[in-house]
Amino acid sequence: MFYHTQTGIWEEVPNPFCGIAADDLKVKVEDNRLTIIENGCPVTQPAFEQAIGDSTPQIQGKATRLETAIARANKLLSHSRLPLISGLATDVEGVRAALALADYYGAVIDHMDSKATLRNMLALQTGGWITTTLGEVRNRVDLLLVVGSDIESCLPRFFERYIWNSETLFGQDTAQRKIIYLGQSPSGQAACRPDGRAPLILSCKQEELPEVVAVLRAQAVGHPLQAESVAGITMEKLATLVNRLKQAQYGVITWAAEQWNFPHAELTIQMLGEIIMALNKTTRCSGLPLGGRNGQVTANQVCTWQTGYPIPISFARGYPDYDPYHYNTKRLLESGEADALIWISALDQNDRPPITSIPTVVLGRAGMNFTQVPEVFIPIGTPGIDHGGHAYRTDNVIAVPLHKLRESRLPSAAEILYAMLEYRC
Amino acid sequence: MLIKLTGGTVYDPMHGINGEVRDIYIQDGRITDPPNDMPIHQVYSLNNKIVMAGAIDIHSHIGGGNVNIARTLLPEDHWANPLPHTELLRAGSGHIIPSTFATGYRYAEMGYTAVFEPAVLPMNARQAHMEMGDIPLIDKGGYALLGNDDYGLRMLAANKDQKAFNDYVAWILRASQCLGIKVVNPGGINAFKFNQRRLHLDEPGPYYGVTPRQILLRLARALHELDVPHPLHVHGCNLGVPGNLETTLSTIEGIAGLPMHLAHIQFHSYGAEGDRKFSSGAAQIAEAVNRNPNITVDVGQILFGQTVTVSSDSMQQYANHLHAYPKKWAFVDIECDAGCGIVPFKYLDKNFVNALQWTIGLEIFLLVDDPWRVFLTTDHPNGAPFVSYPHLIRLLMDRSFRNDMLATIHPDAARASTLGAITREYSLYEIAVMTRAGAAKLLGLSDRGHLGIGAAADITVYTKQEDKEKMFSKPDYVFKDGELIVRNGEIIKVTWGTTHVVRPEFDNSIEKELSNYFDRYLPMKLGNFKIHDEEMIYFGQGHIQVHPCRERNSS
Ligand SMILES: [Zn+2]
Repeated sequence: MFYHTQTGIWEEVPNPFCGIAADDLKVKVEDNRLTIIENGCPVTQPAFEQAIGDSTPQIQGKATRLETAIARANKLLSHSRLPLISGLATDVEGVRAALALADYYGAVIDHMDSKATLRNMLALQTGGWITTTLGEVRNRVDLLLVVGSDIESCLPRFFERYIWNSETLFGQDTAQRKIIYLGQSPSGQAACRPDGRAPLILSCKQEELPEVVAVLRAQAVGHPLQAESVAGITMEKLATLVNRLKQAQYGVITWAAEQWNFPHAELTIQMLGEIIMALNKTTRCSGLPLGGRNGQVTANQVCTWQTGYPIPISFARGYPDYDPYHYNTKRLLESGEADALIWISALDQNDRPPITSIPTVVLGRAGMNFTQVPEVFIPIGTPGIDHGGHAYRTDNVIAVPLHKLRESRLPSAAEILYAMLEYRC
Repeated sequence: MLIKLTGGTVYDPMHGINGEVRDIYIQDGRITDPPNDMPIHQVYSLNNKIVMAGAIDIHSHIGGGNVNIARTLLPEDHWANPLPHTELLRAGSGHIIPSTFATGYRYAEMGYTAVFEPAVLPMNARQAHMEMGDIPLIDKGGYALLGNDDYGLRMLAANKDQKAFNDYVAWILRASQCLGIKVVNPGGINAFKFNQRRLHLDEPGPYYGVTPRQILLRLARALHELDVPHPLHVHGCNLGVPGNLETTLSTIEGIAGLPMHLAHIQFHSYGAEGDRKFSSGAAQIAEAVNRNPNITVDVGQILFGQTVTVSSDSMQQYANHLHAYPKKWAFVDIECDAGCGIVPFKYLDKNFVNALQWTIGLEIFLLVDDPWRVFLTTDHPNGAPFVSYPHLIRLLMDRSFRNDMLATIHPDAARASTLGAITREYSLYEIAVMTRAGAAKLLGLSDRGHLGIGAAADITVYTKQEDKEKMFSKPDYVFKDGELIVRNGEIIKVTWGTTHVVRPEFDNSIEKELSNYFDRYLPMKLGNFKIHDEEMIYFGQGHIQVHPCRERNSS
């Protein structure tokens, strides 16, 4: 259970910063300084340990009272034709409050990483998919195919927790699990078996992935092809790969969409979905989209239950409207359609708003520094550190409870957003 | 504030009141005795109006990860059905799988004041409660899913004694903040993870060697011994399979007289006779229900049109996925706990199978004698969206309308059905039983579903009309906990309902073993799995009501 073992030490702390949302962290709190003393990782450690810094609200860089900052933010909103609420790196409660504000002002709502999430959502909306969750992977996977992604750079503890775990429910020897990388090679050693053997790698350039996956799909569904190789990988190797997937009892195909920078990556995910569906005719195989940093999955889930759509959504017509291309933050700022920006970034001081000429209100993690001073800056606390909340894991199924670890008196994003609604002009 | 409802014709089956003119007084959210000399602040004259308790839906998929995946999968439903915000109401969208605010508004507008989500996966319960927490106006609650969880199956495989199993069931109810326990395709979802595509009632499942019947018996017994008011809520084996009638009959006969609720029974009442190897088993099922007083059912009526099937039964959903319309589907294996299968579907009145399914549901409604043991559901959204309830009520209350509809469906299905020969028409009293009093009784909600002194003032008032679809679509007034929330079918005030839960007693020493299991096999700690009361009550939007577990032998 989440608890204090001794003064200033918290055990079993859930992690809001990484998509696997591990809840086995041990965190020390001295004054307001946090240190992870067990189970940190290169993604999590710096996020937990950022110093609070100045927590005074500011208008144009000058210290002000919270009430005054909120009043100024409200004035901006009430004069705006099309406000844009973005960033959205917060917890479930923060997204709920942001949606209430967006609904009231007819704003567009988007997330700083929506491009990555959307690749998965578009694939799901077009063809559906078969996926699994981390707990199933931990206990059942016998073959893991990693497509075009370097898992350990985004989820450093993935292999330790879900692949090389010491026991499984069904007595599987996890050291015998087969790992295959298609495309990208791993950047570190995490994917190597406990005995040191490296995973099998079928490498190609990232922009060649769509072609390779298309050929793999053709093999999986049984369409014969004339070609002898694709992107330097022989047909024989791909045929062997399909066979291994067919022989696996519980294969898992994984990818991190945020690492894909080629156009229409959603089509490649859709093809992976079709491969998985074909395999399920005779065996079990599932997809596992990885990523979910900065509250991407959290934002998507809450937006979907409250409006019917994942992000991005516009309320400009008085009802929620979903258009992945049109309501993109970058596009709305570049085209000049948005005329006020509310940027929510509770998780990382470094996730600052994009440089823009339109007036900007930042609800940012206390201690945030700016290259471009925003019109209003309201320092907020971080869920899972300064206040409780909820965050979603990368597999879209599990939400972890986040706990308050220190007494910083920093408000949550939700508290500020609800206050903005209450004192609207 | 004291409110008086005067002159209305009251239907309150819990008190045997069948259309009597009575006055009702409301104070502090409750129905109270006639006051002696207190001033009355507000009077509603209800001459020629029908007064019933707020309606209760015992089985509707309104919140939980499965529902949200279905929402994501079908933006077309939301694009086609935008719901703009108003001064009072939040925006939303959707008809067949509406967003949370829309769900609350639409239910309340029809006079419903409580709705229960039947598929709360314990591992996903936090999400189910967060989604339901964003449904305004109505009360809600969930049934926690067991019977495919590896922990429970291991207990059964190890032949752990019933007492230990009961403790586990009680612990799950508490940890997931639920009102009852549901089992979906007992053992089948788990078997699907081992690549098994079918599991029969008496077939030992993979790895654990436990049969579905053993799972049903153990769970039903656990709830009975824990005195949980709501009996085991069962989505049986072989959903939708022609000939599954035999499985269902065997399930009923084999439960050893223990209380059991069979959900969406229509999907489990199929014969395999005739040229198309698909026939109605409604008569045999209804007869078995009539004969076994321990059995209750809800129908899961299908109605024609586009919908989406949302189920934890990944095994059966997978078997049906080739019938998807539009052609896309989503399946998830979930956390050694259960699964999820989403398949969009369009029921067509000119399709023989769909048309016969329609008649089978109606036949069951009309052939089960006791309205206290059959409940009005469409298994929203599986059979049809919940907004079609008024239409369904008319089909039950108006024989000539029913026969007009029967004349429009696939002629072979109409010919194959006995529906045209059934003369029964439900009365207002019977409708009040199946949608109010019976539902509250089945769930153990002693202060809901009736209009007695001390009951929560959840009250719906309709204008008497010949066309029952019109009548039930648009109540004149809906009071929720004594506050007027709907007038002339329109919401005038937004409140937040209560989450109903039970907390049977159990020996907490089982946490030691459970905690060890979580640490060894699952990526979450037991302490973070448990849902705390504070999580259910945020920004003043939620409440919890704990219902007592029935005292032994008191019925
Ligand atoms: Zn159901």
